[in-house]
Amino acid sequence: MDLTTKYLGMTLRNPLIVSASPLSEDVANIKKMEDAGAAAVVLHSLFEEQLVKESAELEEALVHGAESFGEATSYFPRASEYKLGPEEYLAHIASAKKAVDIPVIASLNGSSVGGWTDYARQIQQAGANALELNIYYVPTDMQLAGGAVEQTYVDILKAVRAAVTIPVAVKLSPFFSNMANMAKRFDDAGANALVLFNRFYQPDIDLEELEVKPDILLSTPFAMRLPLTWVAILHGRVKADLAATSGIHSSDDVLKMLMAGANATMLCSALLRYGIDRLRVIEKGMCEWMEKHEYDSVKQMQGSLSQIKCANPAAFERSQYMRALAGYKLA
Amino acid sequence: MSTKKYITIDGNEAVAYVAYRCNEVMGIYPITPSSNMGEWCDQWASEGVKNLWGTIPSVVEMQSEGGAAGTVHGALQTGALTCTFTAAQGLLLKIPNMFKIAGELTPTVFHISARTLATHALSIFGDHSDVMSARSTGFAMLSSASVQEAMDFALISQAATLESRVPFLHYFDGFRTSHEASKIELVTEEIMRGMIDEDLVVAHRQRAMNPDKPVLRGTAQNPDVFFQARESCNPFYDKCAAITQKAMDQFAKLTGRQYHLFQYVGAPDAERVVVLMGSGCEAAHEAVEFLNAQGAKVGVLKVRLFRPFCPKSLIEALPATVKSLAVLDRTKEPGALGEPLYLDVVAGLTEALASGYGKLKAMPKILCGRYGLSSKEFTPAMVKAVFDNLAAAKPKNHFTVGINDDVTNSSLPFDPEFSTESDKVVRALFYGLGSDGTVGANKNSIKIIGENTDNYAQGYFVYDSKKAGAVTVSHLRFGPSPIRSTYLISKANFVACHQPVFLERYDMLAPLVAGGTFLLNTANNKDEVWKKLPRNMQEQIIKKKVKFYVIDAISVARATGMGGRINTVMQTCFFALSGVLPREKAIEQIKYAIKKTYGKKGEDVVQKNIAAVDQTLANLFEVTVPAQVTSTIEMPSPFTANAPESVRKTLGVIYGNMGETLPVSAFAPDGTFPTATAQYEKRNLALEIPVWDEKTCIQCAKCVVICPHATIRMKVYDPKCLEGAPATFKSTDARAPEWKGMKWTLQVAAEDCTGCELCVDVCPAKNKAEAKLRAINMKPQAPLRLTERENWNFFLNIPELDRRKVKVTQLRQQQVMQPLFEFSGACAGCGETPYIKLLTQLFGDRAVIGNATGCSSIYGANLPTTPYAVNAQGRGPTWNNSLFEDNAEFGLGFRVSIDKQKEFACELLKRLVGVLGDDLVGGLINANQTDEAGIYAQRERIAALKQKLAGNTSSEAKMLLGVADSLARRSVWILGGDGWAYDIGYGGLDHVLASGRDVNLLVMDTEVYSNTGGQMSKSTPRGAVAKFAAGGKPLGKKDLGLIAMAYGSVYVASVAMGAKDDQTLKAFNEAESYPGPSLIIAYSHCIAHGIDVEHGVGAKQQKLAVESGQWLLYRYDPRRAAAGENPLQLDSAAAKSKVQDYLLSENRFKMLTKSKPEDAKRFFEQAQKDAEARWQLYSYMAARKPAGEAPKPAPAA
Repeated sequence: MDLTTKYLGMTLRNPLIVSASPLSEDVANIKKMEDAGAAAVVLHSLFEEQLVKESAELEEALVHGAESFGEATSYFPRASEYKLGPEEYLAHIASAKKAVDIPVIASLNGSSVGGWTDYARQIQQAGANALELNIYYVPTDMQLAGGAVEQTYVDILKAVRAAVTIPVAVKLSPFFSNMANMAKRFDDAGANALVLFNRFYQPDIDLEELEVKPDILLSTPFAMRLPLTWVAILHGRVKADLAATSGIHSSDDVLKMLMAGANATMLCSALLRYGIDRLRVIEKGMCEWMEKHEYDSVKQMQGSLSQIKCANPAAFERSQYMRALAGYKLA
Repeated sequence: MSTKKYITIDGNEAVAYVAYRCNEVMGIYPITPSSNMGEWCDQWASEGVKNLWGTIPSVVEMQSEGGAAGTVHGALQTGALTCTFTAAQGLLLKIPNMFKIAGELTPTVFHISARTLATHALSIFGDHSDVMSARSTGFAMLSSASVQEAMDFALISQAATLESRVPFLHYFDGFRTSHEASKIELVTEEIMRGMIDEDLVVAHRQRAMNPDKPVLRGTAQNPDVFFQARESCNPFYDKCAAITQKAMDQFAKLTGRQYHLFQYVGAPDAERVVVLMGSGCEAAHEAVEFLNAQGAKVGVLKVRLFRPFCPKSLIEALPATVKSLAVLDRTKEPGALGEPLYLDVVAGLTEALASGYGKLKAMPKILCGRYGLSSKEFTPAMVKAVFDNLAAAKPKNHFTVGINDDVTNSSLPFDPEFSTESDKVVRALFYGLGSDGTVGANKNSIKIIGENTDNYAQGYFVYDSKKAGAVTVSHLRFGPSPIRSTYLISKANFVACHQPVFLERYDMLAPLVAGGTFLLNTANNKDEVWKKLPRNMQEQIIKKKVKFYVIDAISVARATGMGGRINTVMQTCFFALSGVLPREKAIEQIKYAIKKTYGKKGEDVVQKNIAAVDQTLANLFEVTVPAQVTSTIEMPSPFTANAPESVRKTLGVIYGNMGETLPVSAFAPDGTFPTATAQYEKRNLALEIPVWDEKTCIQCAKCVVICPHATIRMKVYDPKCLEGAPATFKSTDARAPEWKGMKWTLQVAAEDCTGCELCVDVCPAKNKAEAKLRAINMKPQAPLRLTERENWNFFLNIPELDRRKVKVTQLRQQQVMQPLFEFSGACAGCGETPYIKLLTQLFGDRAVIGNATGCSSIYGANLPTTPYAVNAQGRGPTWNNSLFEDNAEFGLGFRVSIDKQKEFACELLKRLVGVLGDDLVGGLINANQTDEAGIYAQRERIAALKQKLAGNTSSEAKMLLGVADSLARRSVWILGGDGWAYDIGYGGLDHVLASGRDVNLLVMDTEVYSNTGGQMSKSTPRGAVAKFAAGGKPLGKKDLGLIAMAYGSVYVASVAMGAKDDQTLKAFNEAESYPGPSLIIAYSHCIAHGIDVEHGVGAKQQKLAVESGQWLLYRYDPRRAAAGENPLQLDSAAAKSKVQDYLLSENRFKMLTKSKPEDAKRFFEQAQKDAEARWQLYSYMAARKPAGEAPKPAPAA
């Protein structure tokens, strides 16, 4: 049975990629992922804002209270060198590459053109097989028009694309007026893959403390419907590969995504919840299903139920939504 | 001669530069102003910088200077090239070893930034009292007078010690030289190699202790031989002066700078000569050149080698024409015939004349005087006064100069207007806040000018003694010739005011010369600023034809992402206006310096600074000065109107920056000062203050207990007290059932608050309609200042609640007690002071406090004012600081003394029972004083006793009156930081814990030497970056509590008020009531943790530390063991988070992840294991069933 798939110009041994998560901060985990059957790993993200913030914080810490009081003209030794850029991350790429044979995809997270191109170049030099751009931006400025936000996304991609030769994937937000148009613009700007979709971490409210708290909820299988829809709509319409992410927890979920048209599927919450070995279960489940249903290869099923190949393309659009509502019966 | 290379450097770094390269081992311990030397060495070692022979020296931080000296002695004896650095009391602690080192003829150099010894008061500043105390040790003593000489003599002394085998004390003036930044010629490694004879290094090794060819030193000798053996070193001392001169001559060959043991400068036919050593030589040199240019015939003899004292060199250095000498000592030896240099010069000249040396025919008239104690200014005007005195018909001998001695009339008058400043020198003064980066920017400017022009540069920085809102004044000189002006600038041609609040606080234009430039940072534009200036300032601007410029530096800084840091903006203005460098070149150099300074801190920081430079020039405007004075704004009086006259006349003058004008008679001769004086200075530091929302408040008192400066307080009172309340005074019904019917107020001292926000951060009550608001919220201070001043004064006049009625075990009630520690000079957001304040609320009216030197002694007692206060009855803490190392013993002394007096009082009571009556005597002797009511009753009895004794002339009655007060229970508190408790004072602390006596030791544990700038202590946790642990501390924190618990008879508590305030309260109450020694280890967040203490994060950090298991809360009470219970109660729960979550929230740990990420990972993992192991141990101990009878505290003697 042929589980291989093509993603970002690379042939993967199966369509199971581990998406960016804290799990990949440890090289030992990456090794475990490879052993459990992952076809590639996206490293945890390098956060642009964090680097800027840490640099400012360190500067503040070093000068805070200094040169004020005769007995303590400073409070810290002056270290000759601080690694405030992405050095640690780059070293991590290098050690991950050394530890495993599967492709290592680096992830850059940010919201402005900023230091992206520099970081991207350094990531390439550090040996990453590909780069995933995680453009994470929640615009709250009422004066900022949607077009400008979209243009920023495209500009970032173009700048990075021009800076590196390795494949570049864009991990997207679903919150565009016209997702299809955006997909095309990314496609035109040279994205090698679109990763659908980024999950936005929305905060919770703590009733006891009366505080808004960041609270990371792991995805549930329901979350896969949104990427499933858009993978299916975009399949065959963009040159870029499509990777599905969010809510993929089981072999069935993977199969569905492949049929919708995904080149690869990305797993995170499932591994955080059930452990890295979940990969084995999923792969095994895929094989069993394919065997039972007499599929020879993943390629065979890829896109088979995409909008352009399925029997009822309207199911992915509004007319179908109307019908679905009308047919909904209260239990 | 090697190619000359110039650098801009301060004295400490210059000395360390040489010492590091010429040695292999450094045994060190931090003490101001020498700490930086050790710090530089440690830093270079951590960076892998090698010495002359290509190896990285070992730098060892010890537990005290005594320990450092012992280590140095050991390293020397086993053959390493070894040196050390210290000052003041630190040098005193090294003296025992110094006798040994010299007695064994061991070559070494001790580099000393000479500092005042503590006598009637401590002082961190410079004079020679420390080095003069070491003059009998057998060390040679070489004095340098400038930064250049400090670097040069560091090498000369190293060469001379190796050849002579006599150890050297190389000293230079603390602060004046140690902290002066100066452009000097670098002593290169090539020069060092030319000075150090490697054969002598080998000879030193060959004398070392070596089991392959064993020897024995350190014998015990008897009367039969000790004397003879002691005299056997004489030949070495006989040769030492010549060897030193030889090294000076060799140095001259290599550098062109020729030094002499006694160096004369002045007229070859001078009749009057001053003799002195240290930085004063430079001012004298300048004065002599100036006076001679005007036709005088005077000279200065600079003493370089004070020990061994060479009379021949002394007399040979003096011109034959000398008729009179004034020998100036920068030290005081009360009771001596004269100070040491004077005595040696008199004896030296007598001997030299008798031996027929030199050109002098007869003994000149020799006078002596003291100058410059504790960095007192020593100016050319004072030098002139000394020369004038020498010329007087009836000159004063044993005079002082620089002060007004109106008690013994020793002082010489001098003309403060006399100036030798050259017109060719740019003299600039900068008034800034510590937090605005002014000093850093000025140091940078000095480097830029020093390294990019032919100009010489000098920078000296006057720092504040207060840590919150610290003010700095920078004195910068630039000129074409080497600058010898070792005194502050009194005639400036450029004055910059970096903070508009100073306009009403300092007379900044007084030193500005006519036609000079004044630069003001202000939010007012060039057209509006004039009317905002005080009258006095307008007058001076017009009269002196001042060129007046303004910039809104805050706006420029904010617009360019620099936040509140205006340093780069103001530095750019200085270069633009001063003309020291062409403007374009200056801007280019500033940018280059920015890249160099901030490059390693990240590109973003660099870009922001560069943007600030670019934006500055467009926002710098000259003000058109009107012809008329229009302002009616007057400089306010430094103290509030209610300050007593006596306080205003002394402390008020000091606070108003006029302390220099106070005469000797203004001071108590024994160093005594009144307490409760911080209340009179209103510093108005806070831009925002907390404002109470009485409707949201739940009256929990958490804000009150955590406030570091006692500026937020609560009172409970009869509603009748509200009569006459100001219109904006807030009040609400008291919520506690015990206070039913009473009113409750939370009041902020707006003018004393530092704006640290700790109170807001800990407030648990949230506004139901707008959750970001709490029961107290920060609002701008300025619009509230006057109304809140009135409210505060009204609040203070509401009577305090009777202490007998306060439930001291419940925080929300206990906090109503009056704090007797208020408005200290501690950092905004300080983590230590809330503990001290709490103890003064609970026990302050009967507290006797001994305080180890450190932060708490500085904010507790740095002049002008003291935060320790008194209650309405005039009672309050009485406080003293002995030393850093002896505080536990000092406090034990209090206890023993008080107990003895009480015991004696009881004996006398019994003897006088016939006069006093059974009831009174029995009541006094058997009084139960375990609570406020009991103490109150005892005080009443004592008052009755005194009344009965009045008029009784018997010896017993007189003696009893003298000790009667001791019958009321005294609470002895021993306060200090972890540097004291874990390191330097540990031996004494341990002994006191073992004494069984009823003392309370409060260790405010910041886990680092905070006061001297963040050096590692044994309390520093694993992985923390600190000075002497630049690569993160590899070992774990010492568990002082566990050690103390091992006695079984010591009450021990580990507390963190920010994490659990009620547990802290319990601990204080229990500790004080325990009739034996009690140790409270109190987590104290600190500016040295790399956290934003000034913005209220401290309590949160304490919570994180406790929740992650990094800091345990517990109480160990031996009384529980006696009652059959487990003495240990663990008050914190099992960890809720990982230690790393806490570590990464503080830059002291986090910065290691940026400098040494792999080490950080390893240390942090180990720290987690430490925390788990600690929890396991403590939870096991707390769960154990008690067995057997617990040890009891030793009965009081």
